[in-house]
Amino acid sequence: MENETREKFIIPIGPQHPALKEPGHFEFSVDGETVTGATVRLGYVHRGIEKAAEERNWVQDLYLLERICGICSHAHALAYSLGVEKLAGVTAPPRAQAIRQLVAELERVHSHLLWLGVSAHEAGFDTLFMFSWRDRETIMDVLEGLTGNRVNYSVNVLGGVKADIDDARADAIRRGIDFLEERTQHYLKIATSDETFLRRTRGVGYTSREQAEELGLVGPTARAANVARDVRVDVPYAAYTDFPVQMTLDTRGDLEARFVVRIRELFESYRVVRQILDRLPAGELTARMPRRIKEGETVSRIEAPRGELFYFIKSNGSDKPERIKVRTPSICNFAVVTGTAKGHQLADMPMILAGMDPCFSCNDR
Amino acid sequence: MATILGKKWDEALEQVKTWARVNSPWAIHFNSGSCNGCDIEILATVTPRYDLERFGVKLQGSPRHADILICTGPVTLQARDRLKRVYEQMPEPKFVVAVGSCAISGGVFQGCYGVVGHIDQVIPVDAYIPGCPPRPEAIIDGLVKLLGSLQAKGEATAGEARHDSATAHS
Repeated sequence: MENETREKFIIPIGPQHPALKEPGHFEFSVDGETVTGATVRLGYVHRGIEKAAEERNWVQDLYLLERICGICSHAHALAYSLGVEKLAGVTAPPRAQAIRQLVAELERVHSHLLWLGVSAHEAGFDTLFMFSWRDRETIMDVLEGLTGNRVNYSVNVLGGVKADIDDARADAIRRGIDFLEERTQHYLKIATSDETFLRRTRGVGYTSREQAEELGLVGPTARAANVARDVRVDVPYAAYTDFPVQMTLDTRGDLEARFVVRIRELFESYRVVRQILDRLPAGELTARMPRRIKEGETVSRIEAPRGELFYFIKSNGSDKPERIKVRTPSICNFAVVTGTAKGHQLADMPMILAGMDPCFSCNDR
Repeated sequence: MATILGKKWDEALEQVKTWARVNSPWAIHFNSGSCNGCDIEILATVTPRYDLERFGVKLQGSPRHADILICTGPVTLQARDRLKRVYEQMPEPKFVVAVGSCAISGGVFQGCYGVVGHIDQVIPVDAYIPGCPPRPEAIIDGLVKLLGSLQAKGEATAGEARHDSATAHS
């Protein structure tokens, strides 16, 4: 009865807010400190890239689409190149495919370490933030040495890759990976045994397996709720048939599980990177691509660090695409924030949000 | 005599203000449509390897406490009014740094229907840092140059005050 007369109190957060570096607007209705509902308002970073892609030619689009997201730029370029190659009936040479997978896995390492730092920062654990970002610089050096740029690697071209790996480069990558593997052991220990940190993660933001399937979650967020969904395993692309990865699953479905799944995925990435370096196929780096792509349409799916990235590409036979549709993992995962917010403390909201690793620039495009 | 003391006081005050401004600028970061590339590089500059805090620069959450607005990305239709509002909320004197090609010229996003332009079409910009994205070293260099110009400006103002006091004395 008292509740009926009491008005709903809404706390607006964003689009400029201290916690995240990207603009997104959230409204949490609260009863005291307890959240009773959450809404998300997106679109602050909407630039209209899909439409702009129709006005540029196939090669220019590669560089435009790479800039959908600065964190998973290789994932976008890879999904696009694989799709266009499928349309043109061209297959990139095995060495190119292996290098693509190698960069994809290195990118996953950089993205997960970045996420680990940011979500530790949300928990107020700035020491872990600083440590994980210091270690992340190792992988940035590796990527820079390999591709020439720290963030937008531009390693893909239509029909292959630009960057090659020689013995010295392979050794540098191995050294970086060895150092990071040791550090990652330490992070796994922190995420599973630090008492203060566990109080912010254990049992928070719980999604059951059914709920996760119902909400259509993807990527590590879904795998933390024991949903076996990983494009790398389900529909292997690039060189994932030759260098398979193991799916990392967890049954608990809370924030702790999301931490554990992402950190364990790092070990899997290290293993695959070493394997690729040891058995890198010899041969050409690029296959010849036509300037005009045959008429037709295709879909291309890959596993970005945040989950399944989906590209629909339609060609009308000219040197420009007719339609490109991108569905990014973040849009699927926002449901985990609105779906599980109810009943939590307001202070848990940044952690739940960071736990799904949102990427607004991917999401809004 | 009282006026001379007043002028000297002005000069000293200017010097203290410049000293404080150059040694502890608080920065706020606003993303008005960036791809995240510049944002993570800005964040990388405050982490241990690059450690921007040795210049006293601290990333800060609220525009009301900030001296420097670090902008990334082209300005989207949705973010334009928010960018203006964040800028207007900052206390004077305030400085704007545009980081990345998109912030300077719209970059690769020129001609997208959701993009209204670059940062200096919406708010005045004091320093530009080019790159896609600029390296952390470049961001540090840009910010340090901005601080250098503040120092020079502050000394000039203090000099004026000194000049005024000299003329008042004669």
